[in-house]
Amino acid sequence: MDLLSSGRRVDGRGLEDLRPVEIRCRSVKNAEGSAEVRLGKTLAIAGVKTSIGTPFADTPDMGVMIVNAEFLPIASPTFEPGPPDENAIELARVIDRGLRRAEMIDLKQLCIVPGKAVWEVWIDIHALNHDGNLMDASALAAVAAILTAEVPKAMVNEKGEVTINKSERQRLPIKSIPITVTMAKIGDKLVVDPNLDEEEVADAFLTATFVDDKVCAIQKRGERGLTAEETMKALQIARQKAHELLKTVREVVGGG
Amino acid sequence: MSIKSKELTLISPDGRRLDGRRPDEIRELKIKAGILENADGSAYVEQGNTKIYAAVYGPREVHPRHLALPNRAVIRCRYHMTPFSVEERKSPAPTRREIELSKVIREALTPAIIVEQFPSSAIDVFIEVINADGSTRCASIIAASVALASAGIPMKDLVAACSVGKINGVLVLDVTDVEDKYGEVDMPFAMMPNRNEITLLQLDGILGPEEIEKAISMAAKACKEIYEKQKSALKERYIELRKTVEEGFRT
Repeated sequence: MDLLSSGRRVDGRGLEDLRPVEIRCRSVKNAEGSAEVRLGKTLAIAGVKTSIGTPFADTPDMGVMIVNAEFLPIASPTFEPGPPDENAIELARVIDRGLRRAEMIDLKQLCIVPGKAVWEVWIDIHALNHDGNLMDASALAAVAAILTAEVPKAMVNEKGEVTINKSERQRLPIKSIPITVTMAKIGDKLVVDPNLDEEEVADAFLTATFVDDKVCAIQKRGERGLTAEETMKALQIARQKAHELLKTVREVVGGG
Repeated sequence: MSIKSKELTLISPDGRRLDGRRPDEIRELKIKAGILENADGSAYVEQGNTKIYAAVYGPREVHPRHLALPNRAVIRCRYHMTPFSVEERKSPAPTRREIELSKVIREALTPAIIVEQFPSSAIDVFIEVINADGSTRCASIIAASVALASAGIPMKDLVAACSVGKINGVLVLDVTDVEDKYGEVDMPFAMMPNRNEITLLQLDGILGPEEIEKAISMAAKACKEIYEKQKSALKERYIELRKTVEEGFRT
């Protein structure tokens, strides 16, 4: 806490400094899209797979997007084998809301035969090394994997049958790039991108997803509360960080 | 000024919502404390058509033992919807949504509980949604806080909760199911009103920073109102209990 009062963290960072970010895309050949993201020592990988499925009854002309996350023992001595626990489920749902509300993927363009056949986009996130802030690393991995995914084309013949042409690939239809930033409250200080040690002592977390300078998802986590002032300050700092991260994403992915 | 979505007008030109409420009005709220016999604490809440039972068991022994914490109580929370609480029957098996909500509700209530008072024990909160008409996690928190207090668990404050929505650009309080489905935003919110501490904040939808600030202030104001109702419910229950004790002495 004394260190924090002087504006420094145990790993030498300032309160508003992100850890070094590394994004590597398209390393998984069998996946339509993939990205590995390192946030300091935290490592998460996201894969995008597509398949043809039936649309939901209330949205017959829209594709389907599903986000799943796994926190497996490979990433941390504290993770146990088994189906996703509440943390993994929460992470997947927060990232899903951010992607969905930002309309990152234009689901309307994923319709093949209205009411019958649409593209399903499966986004699977696996934590590989947990050194804090799996949320932001996972969100970044999902976004980078979606941006660089190359999906096959679907064709409908005169009989209304759908066939997939795997040799002709195209990008997913992208409408925006949402960026997720997590702030941690430690005592009365707010820090960006908490590492594992900081997560363990933090009182509360505020995760926010930004798109075009607005917020499309928020999730408060942790066993303590935040005042309204702390919340607004956290959002303000997070917004600036989101700008930085968006620039990094654009540099790595090239445009978008 | 009205928005039509599938023949529905969610907000009329003079600012009235489907149920006639103004944007900053919450639904009629009924709270009854101590409604379930076996639980250490309980509450029943009706907020419009949203109906919820909450029960608290504890402090009690933690089973399995290895989950106990040596210096504080473990708080566990189960948010669950009955199959008949929604329009299309919902399977009783816990869904990913219920698992997430159980976690966020637990994290909304824990800041208010003085956990250090009960080392190596568990405080279990059970929430059953009997009928869902929007803002169920907020109504759950309202009920659970009253249940915790009625169990005699020492608390730093009660937790009050209210959701904020956005319909045709207008921020509205306490969204119903229809307003959530066809509106632009859902922002569940909970706070400890006396301590001005926000313990639940989620956003699903797009808001600018000024809108978020306004939404928070609207929700905080509603929470102060709800807090008074929670306290009244507890007072009523205390008066009830005192009467039965006094009658017991006379016989």
